[in-house]
Amino acid sequence: MSNPLRGEVIRLYKNLLYLGREYPKGTAYFRERLKGAFMKNKDVTDPEKIKQLVDRGEFVIKELEALYFLRKYRAMKKRYYEPEH
Amino acid sequence: MHRSSEVKHLASDFNTRACECFGQPPVQPFESHCPVLTDRTVRVQLKVLKVKDGSVFFIRVKPDRTGVVTDGVKHSMNPFCEIAVEEAVKLKEKKLVKEVVAVSCGPQQVQETIRTALAMGADRGIHVEVSGKDYETLGPLQVSKIFAALAKKEQADLIILGKQAIDDDCNQTGQMTAALLDWPQGTFASEVTLEADKLKVVREIDGGLETIKINLPAVVTADLRLNTPRYATLPNIMKAKKKKITNVKPADLGVDVSSRLEVLKVDEPPQRQSGVKVETVHDLVEKLKEAGRI
Repeated sequence: MSNPLRGEVIRLYKNLLYLGREYPKGTAYFRERLKGAFMKNKDVTDPEKIKQLVDRGEFVIKELEALYFLRKYRAMKKRYYEPEH
Repeated sequence: MHRSSEVKHLASDFNTRACECFGQPPVQPFESHCPVLTDRTVRVQLKVLKVKDGSVFFIRVKPDRTGVVTDGVKHSMNPFCEIAVEEAVKLKEKKLVKEVVAVSCGPQQVQETIRTALAMGADRGIHVEVSGKDYETLGPLQVSKIFAALAKKEQADLIILGKQAIDDDCNQTGQMTAALLDWPQGTFASEVTLEADKLKVVREIDGGLETIKINLPAVVTADLRLNTPRYATLPNIMKAKKKKITNVKPADLGVDVSSRLEVLKVDEPPQRQSGVKVETVHDLVEKLKEAGRI
């Protein structure tokens, strides 16, 4: 395990886990897929590849944040605003 | 995976629309013209409200019909208040305000909501302790009295709140606070800019958009399209643990939180009747005649 990147990977995992708490399909579903995805790459040692995977993880974080925001925005808009024709 | 790409596409479409609203460049240039302003300490006070989470679907009326079951129901920050917090943090990032204070009234659980506001970028929090029976009857009037007292005590220049709470939909707190303090108000704000000593607010009203210029100190209530609130990620929450939250009691502020309203009855909306399918137009007309509609 390459030492400096190990901390980053663990941090990424923790962040994704925290975001997964509000996942619409359920926390358990999210956690299984997250663990599976991380375990699949557990033997990667090339720092370049690890950086790429970490970047992919950060991309997923941004997508989740967008998902949660849109869900909330759409719910509020539907509830409080007249439908625009 | 196509689903997430749809989300990304919409998110980027979202961001461009949000940027269009906020179209003008950030107001840094004026700071050099008016050096006096940079000395001024503008303290922003936000209201942060804990409400039943917007995505909770099974709300039940209590058996004694005095309210809605709230124990065990997931609570989170009111979406409009999140937008308010985001606006305050944005103003601080543009260096237009000195300090952002997040305030919330309620029992112990409210601390979590204040921590979320701190994680989004507020500097410190104030927790006004109201629990039990007082909390159930806490309404906009009491909250605005608390806010007025706090604003005087903290010498805040700007109060930003969400326009309404999604659990009671009162839409009164901002307006009442402004009235109690005798401050101007910019409600339903979809855009807020600080210009010299005044605040330019674009309001969303029924007929379209209204732009007003109000003096500071002022009260602003945030509408949905003011900005896109950031998500409080885990590292920010960890950092926020170091920020202070002070506890205050309403009595310390000289505010009486007894309610002047009494809830007589809370009912569920009527059950939706299932529809009836008919085979032909003739049957439809028959059924309508039976029901006395034609």
